[in-house]
Parts: sequence; structure tokens; C-alpha cells
Amino acid sequence: MNDIEISSLLDKVRGNDMTRQQFIRRMVGVGLSVPMAAQMLLTSGLAQAQTSSSYKPTKRGGGGALKLLWWQGATLLQPHFASGTKDQEGSRIFYEPLAAWDNDGNMVPILAAEVPTSSNGGVSRDGKIITWKLKKNVLWHDGKPFTADDVVFTAAYAADPATSAYTKGSYSDVKVSKVDSHTVRVEYQKASPFWADPLVSAAGMIIPKHIFESFKGATSRDAPANLRPVGTGPYKFTDFKPGDMLRGVINNDYHEPNRPYFDSIEMKGGGDAVSAARAVLQTGEYDYAWNLQVEDELLLRLEQGGKGRTSITPGGNIEFIQLNMADPWTEIEGERAHASSKHPILSDKAVREAISLVVDRAGVQKFIYGRTGIATSNFLNNPKRFVSPNTKFEFNPDKAAQILEAAGWRRGSDGIREKGGRKLKLVFQTSINGPRQKTQQIIKQAAQKAGIDMELKSVPASVFFSSDPANPDTYTKFFADIQMFTTTMPQPDPEVFMNQYQSSQFATKANKWLGRNSTRYNNPEYDKVYLAAQSEMDPVKRAAMFIRMNDMPINDIAIIPLVYRPRTAGIVNNLVAPLSGWDNDLWLLKDWYKTT
Amino acid sequence: MFRYILRRLMIAVPSLLGISLVLFTVLAMAPGDPFSELVSNPNIPPEVALALRQKFGLDDPLMVRYWNWLTAMLQGDWGYSFISRINVETLIMQRIPVTLLLIGSSQLLALCIAIPVGVYAATRPYSIFDQIASTLAFIGFSLPTFFTGILLILFFSIHLDWLPFVYRADIPETGWRFFWEHFKQMIMPVMVLGMFQAGAWTRYVRSAVLDVIRLDYVTTARSKGLSEKVVITKHVLRNALIPVVTLVALQMPAIFGGAIVTEQIFRVPGIGSLIISSMLANDTPVVMAVTFVFSTLVIACNLLADILYGWLDPRISYH
Repeated sequence: MNDIEISSLLDKVRGNDMTRQQFIRRMVGVGLSVPMAAQMLLTSGLAQAQTSSSYKPTKRGGGGALKLLWWQGATLLQPHFASGTKDQEGSRIFYEPLAAWDNDGNMVPILAAEVPTSSNGGVSRDGKIITWKLKKNVLWHDGKPFTADDVVFTAAYAADPATSAYTKGSYSDVKVSKVDSHTVRVEYQKASPFWADPLVSAAGMIIPKHIFESFKGATSRDAPANLRPVGTGPYKFTDFKPGDMLRGVINNDYHEPNRPYFDSIEMKGGGDAVSAARAVLQTGEYDYAWNLQVEDELLLRLEQGGKGRTSITPGGNIEFIQLNMADPWTEIEGERAHASSKHPILSDKAVREAISLVVDRAGVQKFIYGRTGIATSNFLNNPKRFVSPNTKFEFNPDKAAQILEAAGWRRGSDGIREKGGRKLKLVFQTSINGPRQKTQQIIKQAAQKAGIDMELKSVPASVFFSSDPANPDTYTKFFADIQMFTTTMPQPDPEVFMNQYQSSQFATKANKWLGRNSTRYNNPEYDKVYLAAQSEMDPVKRAAMFIRMNDMPINDIAIIPLVYRPRTAGIVNNLVAPLSGWDNDLWLLKDWYKTT
Repeated sequence: MFRYILRRLMIAVPSLLGISLVLFTVLAMAPGDPFSELVSNPNIPPEVALALRQKFGLDDPLMVRYWNWLTAMLQGDWGYSFISRINVETLIMQRIPVTLLLIGSSQLLALCIAIPVGVYAATRPYSIFDQIASTLAFIGFSLPTFFTGILLILFFSIHLDWLPFVYRADIPETGWRFFWEHFKQMIMPVMVLGMFQAGAWTRYVRSAVLDVIRLDYVTTARSKGLSEKVVITKHVLRNALIPVVTLVALQMPAIFGGAIVTEQIFRVPGIGSLIISSMLANDTPVVMAVTFVFSTLVIACNLLADILYGWLDPRISYH
């Protein structure tokens, strides 16, 4: 079945000649998974089935206290200033977006009455106008009704440059307006296949107009509600100490029946990941621990305590290696790794091929990451429909040696190859982090066998990931030959994620190295496909475009994907907590409960 | 006396200025950036980070930033946290009670152990009691707190399952259960810190008492027929405690400074954990305020120790 056939089927569904179930069955028949087929319907603006909830409790409350352990505590509770997930999670207890993402990348309505689709009139034919219908029975925690005004205000608040909201990017190019008291229209400047960024998920948490109205723009930092949230969520705010403790109590006016289950909630912050894992898996002192960045070996040992289990949720985060396409060692116009330069050694594709062959991905997974890092040959690993079937990886230092030999790199007396008087010596940098240093070692040893000398460099994480334009060791500057880190894919749609190989995204002195293309990959073909994908409304064609984009830097060996990293959390045995790799851990907090 | 205190206070001003300048420069030159998380997140436009840097004055020259900080500090404005976006004093005030309670009780515990044990051991030097006390004291201050802390957690929390190892500053229970829960969670951190301190202090008290107990006036007191108890408490202890007082007074700022390692292990929300998380997040105003308050306290406690000297030993006079 090719993409034209699928498109015609989608048209049938659109024209009500075929039901959604029939479509999904056809797709499953040709080998697609159910979520994947549902995804096609969603992005083509067609109604989707409600994710069936497994929520069992038949009355509100009575569940006692829910104790969450966040080893990095929330430091503020204004979702639009939440830089890291810890702050988003803290805010998510109290605030809700119009819709959220479940683990299959499906949209689930939260404050919206339904997900906009073209069949219910929510998505316009040209993909430029989205109409959201809001739930009518929702109250803010202070008793005021939730209306379209709040949604419009939230968008204006975040888009205001003087507010300096971290969510500004989601709102700066859209126009949000009120249709009636419970209908909101979002207008895009051009057709937007991925329209579900503003008002959805972490960036889409709606804040009350009547509370924040006088604190928009420059005065935003003075709002008392930045630390005392008034939201619509399942729990009401009681008390907050930044970085330490956040407490909430059941919201008896919550807009969904029988929810929430717990009478109170507390989120304790601080400490380290290992002892957080211990407090849930081994002693059961806490019910849930977030982001357990702990070696898998240790997690397995702690799980033997029998009090809890580790949950592994696939998302889109990937640990990968970048090869510098520009020359980091020569200054051009006072700038190292200048956009116009070519790397003296790595511009030889034979060298890049050889490096790719000395990276033992299976070994890295087996000996270092275990369940928490799956070896991959792709940069884009999730959702399933964007995964390229065209790439593969191989570990073979002998073959690497042959390729180098054939390309004219001859071994010197010290075992290191050289060509034209230039030694095959490369600087390989990464941040200081146990598993990363081990991975560096494994790669260095294999590289040595093939005659490549790697000088390992480890930079403290606070420097490596900083935006300080004065520091030469940041990963965006990439003043080294090779570097390795994890990049995060925050949404189930890869559009934003894949902009990091566009030539317009080059990290340069002019943009204070804030551009996202740090590997300085330059391929006009890529730029063209990316531009086309941005307005391609056909989901199947669009997915094919992203697969092509995934393949380009990998086939050119500008990057070497290593392992993709699912999210790990600790859950006490009797707690039912639906998690998603595409949203915050607390995206469906309203449905958390304990079995007895 | 008054002139002495005045002079000491006058000297304190330039030293505090110097300290603050050095702290500020070091923090400004240290690598890292409070808005680094913004850069690695593809969804945040770069101009947001640039606008924030400008708003918080991070792009100004160092001396301008220092001057702004200093003038604000002199007017009682401690600054504004980049990370939590609230005033620094609010942040510090939230952490002070826990720190005072925890570190205060551990210091008290240390004193309650160190003085009696040290004195008793000194009155019977090289006895079995002295040998055991010395051995334990050496073990006490040789073992680092991160080791003893984890050891206690493994034994009391995981093996026996008696005590919680996550410290909660606000416990929802009321009445006697409130105190019981507080007591239970404080046992381990207080023991870890108290024992460590007690080890060192016991050794000090012992040697101070030993120095005094051999002096002639003690022999005189004994030959007058005074009871051993009176000799030790009235004659020996008062003189022996002079060096100990200095030691304890210099330790006082630590009560406010918290204990970074122990607080991290037991998740105690004190000043120590505040400063470490602020440092990791490059939240300069918080780090600056805490370290500056801390250095002020060190200077004040030094002065206090000197004044206490005169009270304990009238032979020392001030000019």
C-alpha cells in the first residue's frame, strides 16, 4: 500500500464513507500498529477514539496521601517560566492544558471538550485555523468559572516579549481569539500540520486571567501566584517551599467525576537519584520517584526489595555523537568552527565511516545502559511512524582499518595513521557523567585498534550545557572534533526536533552560538525537504519526509546515533500511574490511584 | 571595652567589603550560566534567554554588577533569585528554622557528650575509660559524614525499617504524633553530625583539662581538702573551658551555614542544601547572599569569642 492509496482511504474517512475503525483495521492489515494508524487519523485532522482509561475508583477521594519524590525539587510554579521538567511537573499538579499527549502520541482532551478534527469542524481544510471547544463545568480553585477569556489571556501572556515566558516560542506566531464564552480559535500564518503545540501539554497550561491580568509583561515576576498557583487541576495548592516541598489537597469541585483518588499530595524535592530509587523501590517510603538516572544494574538490585517497580517509558531522547563538519582549530574572521570552513580531517568521508565502525553500540547498551539506553541506528526513534527502516549499524574495527588504508591513511611508527603529514588525532568531548566517560573509553579503545588516536575531554555538565557566550567549552560552540550528549525530543511531532540540521540553524558568533546546528551540517537537500515538511498536510508524505531527513545526516555520517533513552521512574507496587513518553510524568495525575 | 568593640567593628567593615568583592568576582568568573537549561531546550526561542540575561543584568561589566549588588545589599535588598524568581531573603528564611533546629541540636548533643566524657577521661588519663573514649573519638571524627550517614540509613531504614530517611520539614500530623515523627526523622541526621563533632571536641576538652589539672593551684585546692567534685567543676573546668569556648564560638556560624553533605543525604531542606542547589543552578544572588551572611557571622562570632574570653578570664584585658 503506497502513500497515495492511504491518502485516498483517509479521504474516505473524511467523507464518512469509511469509519475510523475500518480504517484502522485496514492499516493493521498491512502491518501498521493501532496507535500508528490512529496517529495518521489524528494528524490528518480526523476524530480519534478516546484513550480508554483504566481508572477504577468509583468515588472521589478516600485514597490518603500521595507522596512523590523529585530528586530535583520544583523551584517555581508558574508553568510559563518553567525551564526544566521539574518546574513543569510541579505546576502540572495544579494547572491543566486543553489537551495532553498519551504514550502513543495521541491527543487526550483535558480542558477541551473534544480534540479538534476536521470532521467536527475543529481543523479547517487548509490547516490554518483550529477551533477548540472548551469544557463548560470547569471551575478555578477559587471558584470562578473557566472560560475562553482565560485561554486567550494565557496565549497573550506567553507571547508578550516583556514577560520573557519560556513558552513564548509556542505562541509568537499564532493568533488566539475568542469565538464565544467556551470556544477559542487559533489561527496560524501558514498551513500547520503540527498545530498542537500552543495550548497543549506542558507549554499549554492555562492560567487564570483574573489572577494574572495585572501581572502581564514586565511585572510578571511580581505575581504572588507564581508561587501560589490557582489552577483547574485535581489538587488545590496548600504550601510551597522552593526546592524542597510542595503540598496540595483534593479539589472537591474537579471537573471529572470520581476524581481525584487521593486526599492530599506532596512532592518532596532534593537529594540524589540513587537514594530516591531506594526510597520507592526498596523501602516504599515514597510512592513515586521521577527521572531515575541510575545505572540499570543498581535499579535491578533495588527492585529485589519487592516494594516497587521501575517503569521504563519510551520517548524520543537520544544519546548521539556529532562529528564537527567545520574546522574548530582555525579562526576565520575571529571565529573558530566558522560556517565557511571545512574540517581538515573529518571532511574525508573515509575517516567518518571508520569512526562510525569503531562505535560499539550494542556493547554500550549491554555494558553501560541496560534497559535505560537502547542501541539504535536512527536519530529519530519515536513515534513509530517516523522511524527509518533504511539505516543500520555495524561494529567492525578491522573494516574501519581497511577503509582508512584504502583512503591513503598509513600507520606511523606509533600506530597512529597519518596522511599528507597530518596525524589522525581527534579531540572527543562530552560532559562529566559516569556512563559517558565509560562510553568514551570503549570508543577510544576500538578507535586505537583502527589507528585513530582520540584525546578524551570531559567538561563539567554545568559548563558543557551552558549558554555562556564567553565559555569555549559549551556543546553549542563545539570547539572539538567529536562530541557526545543527549538531545531531547519534547513533542511527539519531530518538526522542532529536526530543525537542528538546517543550515540556517548554524551555531555562530553572530547568534551567540544559540543556533541549534552545532555539528554544522550543511545539505541544501535537507533544507529543502525540511521546508516542505513544515507545510505538508498529508501525514503519510510528511512522515516519509522526516524519515528522509533522519537518513541524510546519518548517511553522510555527520552524526552517529548511539542509544535512545527511555524515561525511567520508580513506582510503588500498588500505585496505578499512567505515564507518557510525550508529556510530563504528571500529565494524567487525575487518573492516578492505588489498588488495595 | 566599649572602645575595643568599636575598633573591632570598624575593622570588620573593610574585611566584609573585601570578602564580598572576592566572592562576587569568583562567582562571576566561575563557569556556568543560570539560563543554560533554556539553551538546550529546542522549544525556547534564543531571544528569551537573551532578554532574560539583559533583564537580570548579566551582560553588564563585572564592576557595574558588583556595585548594583552592593548598593542594594546596603539598603537591605538581598537580591532576587534567578531560578525561583522570588526574593532571596524569603528563600533563606524558609530554610533557617530547619537548619537551626537540626544543626543546633546536633551541636548541643556534641557538647553534652564532649564535656562530660572529656573531663572524666582527663581526670583518669590512660585508664580503660580514657582508652575507649579516645578510640571512639578518633573513629568519630575520622569517618566522613557521607559514610556514616549512608551506613545509618542502610541499617536503620533499610535493614530494620525503623526510621525514615527522607526528612520532611512540614509534617501534616498534629498533636503528639507531630513531635514523634519529627523526633524519629531527626535521630539519624543529628546523630551523624553530633557524633562527628563530639569526637573532635572530646579530644579538645580532654587535653585542655589535662593541661589545667596539673597546675599548682589545683594541687592547692585539693590540699585545702575540697572535694574532687568541687575541684573539677569550680576550679579546673572554668579555666579549661577557655580554649573550648573559642572553638565552640567559631563553630557557631556553622549552625546557620548548615551541613551540606548531611543535608543532601537526608534531604534536609536547610541552608546547606539551598546553597548547593543554587550553586549547581548558577543562581548567583542566592549563593552571594548566603555566603555573605555566613562571612558576617564568622566575623561576629570571632568578636563574641574574644569578648567571652575576658569574661571567663579577667586577666585578659582589652585595649
